Amino acid sequence: MIRDSDDVIVKTLARLLMPFIVGFALYVLMHGHHSPGGGFQGGVILAAGFVLLCVSFGLQWTQRWMTRKTAELFSSIGVFIYGGIGVLCLILGGNYLDYGRLSRVLGVDVAEARSLGILGVEIGVALAVMAVMCTLFFMIFTAVDESGGQGGEQ
Amino acid sequence: MKFLSLITVLLVGVALVYGTLGMPRWGDPNSPAATHVSPYYLEHSMHDTATPNVVTSVLADYRGYDTLGETSVIFTAGMSCILLLRKRRKHKEEDHV
Repeated sequence: MIRDSDDVIVKTLARLLMPFIVGFALYVLMHGHHSPGGGFQGGVILAAGFVLLCVSFGLQWTQRWMTRKTAELFSSIGVFIYGGIGVLCLILGGNYLDYGRLSRVLGVDVAEARSLGILGVEIGVALAVMAVMCTLFFMIFTAVDESGGQGGEQ
Repeated sequence: MKFLSLITVLLVGVALVYGTLGMPRWGDPNSPAATHVSPYYLEHSMHDTATPNVVTSVLADYRGYDTLGETSVIFTAGMSCILLLRKRRKHKEEDHV
C-alpha cells in the first residue's frame, strides 16, 4: 500500500479542492443540456477527484469511500441504468430508447420526457465512466505498488 | 526492396491526397453530410427534446444506440482490465505461499 503523503500542503489542498471537483463534475453532468458537457466528461472529472484523493491521502484512506467492489458494482449499474431506460421505453410500448414514451410515467409532455430521458442516460454513462476510471486507477496503483514494495523488502 | 516500399508508400500517399481534393470544402453547407439529416436535428431538436444543446440531443437521443455502444465499450474495457490484472496478482500471491 502506498502510504499517505506527509505533506500538509498537498493534503489541505486536496481536502479543499475535493468539494469543488465533485460540484463541478455534477454541474458538467447536469448542465449538459445547455452547455458543453454530459455523462462522459462529468464522470471523468468525478474520477479525477478520487485520483487526487488517492495520490494525496493514500489508497487505504480512499478505499473507505470507494472500495474496489463498489467501483466494479457502479460500472455495471451505470450500463444497467442506460439499458434499463431503453427496456422501460420498450415496456411502455415504444421503441428501444424511445424516451418520449416515458411521458406516461413521469407525467410531463413528450419533449420534456425526452429531455429527462437524456438526463437519466447521462447519469448512467457518468456512473459507468467514473467507476471504470477508478477501477483502472486502483488496479494500476496496486500493481505498481506491490511489485515495488516487494522489491524494497527483499 | 526498401526502395520499392518507399515508391509504394509515396504512390499511395499521392493517391490519397488526390482523393481528398474531391471532398467538399470544410464547413460547406451544401456538402452531403450537411444536407441529409443534420438540418432536421438542428431545426427540430428544441421542439422534439426540449434540449437547447443539439450535441447532447443527438448524442443521447437521436443517436442513443451509438452512445449505448460507447458505454458498453468502456464497461468492457474496464472489466477486461480487471480480469487481466487480477489474474496476475493471484499468481504472485501463489508464488509467495
